[in-house]
Amino acid sequence: MNGGEPTDPAAAPSARSDPGASAGLGASDVATERRSQTARVLERVLAGGSAVTAFIPLAALVAMLVVLVVQALPAIRYNGWHFLVGSAWNPGSTYSQPVRSGGIVHLPGASYGALPLVLGTLETSAIALLIGFPVAVGAAVFIVEKLPPVLAGFVGLCLETLAGIPSVVFGLWGVLTFGPWLARHVYPALAHLPNVPVLDVFHGNTGYGEGLLTGGIVLSAMIIPLVAATTRDLLRQVPEATKEGAEALGMTSAEVFRTVQFRWVRTGVIGAAILGLGRALGETVAVALVTGSVLQSATNIYGTTTTIAATIVSQLDTAQGDPTGLYVRVLAEAALVLMAITLLVNVVARRIVHRASRGVALPVGVGF
Amino acid sequence: MAAAAPGLAGSLRGNETVSSARRARNLAWWSVAAVALLLVIAPVVWVLYGVFQQAVPNWHWTVLTQVTTGVGGGLANALAGTGVLLLGVGVLVAIVGIGCGLYLAEFAPTGLLTSLLRSASEVLSGVPSIVIGYVGYVALVVGLHWGFSLLPAVIVLTVLVIPYVAKATEIAVGQVPLAYREGAEALGMARSRMLRTVVMRSAIPGIATGIIVALAISVGETAPLLYTAGYSNSYPTAQLLHSAVPYLTYATWTFYDDPSSAVKALAFDSMVLLVVLVLALILASRLIVRVTQKHSPARATGGGGRRAARAQAAKARPAR
Repeated sequence: MNGGEPTDPAAAPSARSDPGASAGLGASDVATERRSQTARVLERVLAGGSAVTAFIPLAALVAMLVVLVVQALPAIRYNGWHFLVGSAWNPGSTYSQPVRSGGIVHLPGASYGALPLVLGTLETSAIALLIGFPVAVGAAVFIVEKLPPVLAGFVGLCLETLAGIPSVVFGLWGVLTFGPWLARHVYPALAHLPNVPVLDVFHGNTGYGEGLLTGGIVLSAMIIPLVAATTRDLLRQVPEATKEGAEALGMTSAEVFRTVQFRWVRTGVIGAAILGLGRALGETVAVALVTGSVLQSATNIYGTTTTIAATIVSQLDTAQGDPTGLYVRVLAEAALVLMAITLLVNVVARRIVHRASRGVALPVGVGF
Repeated sequence: MAAAAPGLAGSLRGNETVSSARRARNLAWWSVAAVALLLVIAPVVWVLYGVFQQAVPNWHWTVLTQVTTGVGGGLANALAGTGVLLLGVGVLVAIVGIGCGLYLAEFAPTGLLTSLLRSASEVLSGVPSIVIGYVGYVALVVGLHWGFSLLPAVIVLTVLVIPYVAKATEIAVGQVPLAYREGAEALGMARSRMLRTVVMRSAIPGIATGIIVALAISVGETAPLLYTAGYSNSYPTAQLLHSAVPYLTYATWTFYDDPSSAVKALAFDSMVLLVVLVLALILASRLIVRVTQKHSPARATGGGGRRAARAQAAKARPAR
């Protein structure tokens, strides 16, 4: 170790600015540090180098936005508001002479209305959240309250595996195994549900297992690990005394959960769910496989449709066939819309999580 | 549960005062929760079973030694390509991610700029991977004329996973007990040396776990690679630019509806390799946690209060 020879005491404390962890470290300033020239240079290099890397996420974010906006500008001017409200998606006829209108060169008949894409994105994610949230919370409660530690560890491994399985594997499983199984065994039963409001959305042609509902169900598997793991870890931190108090009042364990435990973790769990929603909105290849990637709105809840992310990944090849280059730029506009939606969702989620972690004793959502 | 008076709580619950309706509701609630747990476990088992069941009947070990051909062959090139991508991402994200996390935990002054940097990293983790991939294609592959190649693919993947490593590093560094630092300072260590020998060393498990998560994400990504890495039927070259890189998820995504059954079989084989790789990474991170938990600084000092608690919450890290 460094020999602790006393050096100039005036130089040592002035350079210190430990944030957070060592904020209350004033006392140790008494222990004089040996601050050789090399050590000071090394610290400067370390601080400077890490500061440069700390700017990379911000720089990447800004660069991406700039690229997308610059790339999308002609498409935005060409499409106007039609992009968000129209539902006809037609790249135009590739074999005709490109024409010019409003200063933009495009193929005759080109018209891009992304409403079906936006709707497909929102619908699949909403279904995923409706299914994934209760399942994740229910599972987390059971893990915390009923499972012995060994089994809880095993289920934790299952959650990590669920989160780790590549989405393309999920997608293929959805197309080849799960979708057809649903179409054969589950959807026919759903279609015969009583014809009352809400439940009547399940009526209609049940299709072959590729479509909106299958997409939503497969997507819920992307939300579940995040929400279940967060809920589990938050529930474990609910103070025992509050639970015991509720039990002493004669509550059943379900009532304890509803009146005490869930209130403690509510905000954090909702924040995690919204973060999961953001992930579902941007999920690409799994959705591209199981929704059918058809550029139209679903005719019913079983119908094939597509999402913004799935459209970008499946159309970028085709888009390069557009000699005017407009189609590639339209996909940039789609990417901008997707980014705006996911960023909005993420910011809202983090607001909730941050507020929760400031006000209440429970630290929530840290690490996401 | 009810450590002070377990008997009392037990007798109350078994008491006549709990009406049968409430007892039934309680039972119903726990049944629903149990079903929910099954619904979480079932897809994991089903997917893993499905992957192996589809691949095993036609499995040939030559998959690991032959390269892809138009009519079949193996996945040795894709496996090597995924390996090269992982190596590149691992190195790059270790430098940038750890640096970023270290700065935010250790050097950054509290203020607007720091919280901006921190939220930029958080926001970045919410950007859909296909958006990053599209930008990589437009800006790097086409814009800079790099072509489908290793460098744009590695850059795109790294941008995707930086937030995970940065967050893991920031938490791990923040979790190092104050006593360790005080001890180091009492010995007269310069700060750079303290960071190197005391702080970073005890933060290694947390950082390593973060990097493994980043690698697991990189293994499984498809969308950002499709238009940056390309695919080739030969082994990846040492070139950073203008040389397409084969990788496993491409085989899954593209080959599954091929008319040739030999090519189709490659899609199933690639799924097996992907799942095995991801499971190996998950187990590796578990192993790190288990081995290091015995010497966990939080345990040694009885926990660092709020920061240790935060870190515990963060253990529920996303693996995707």
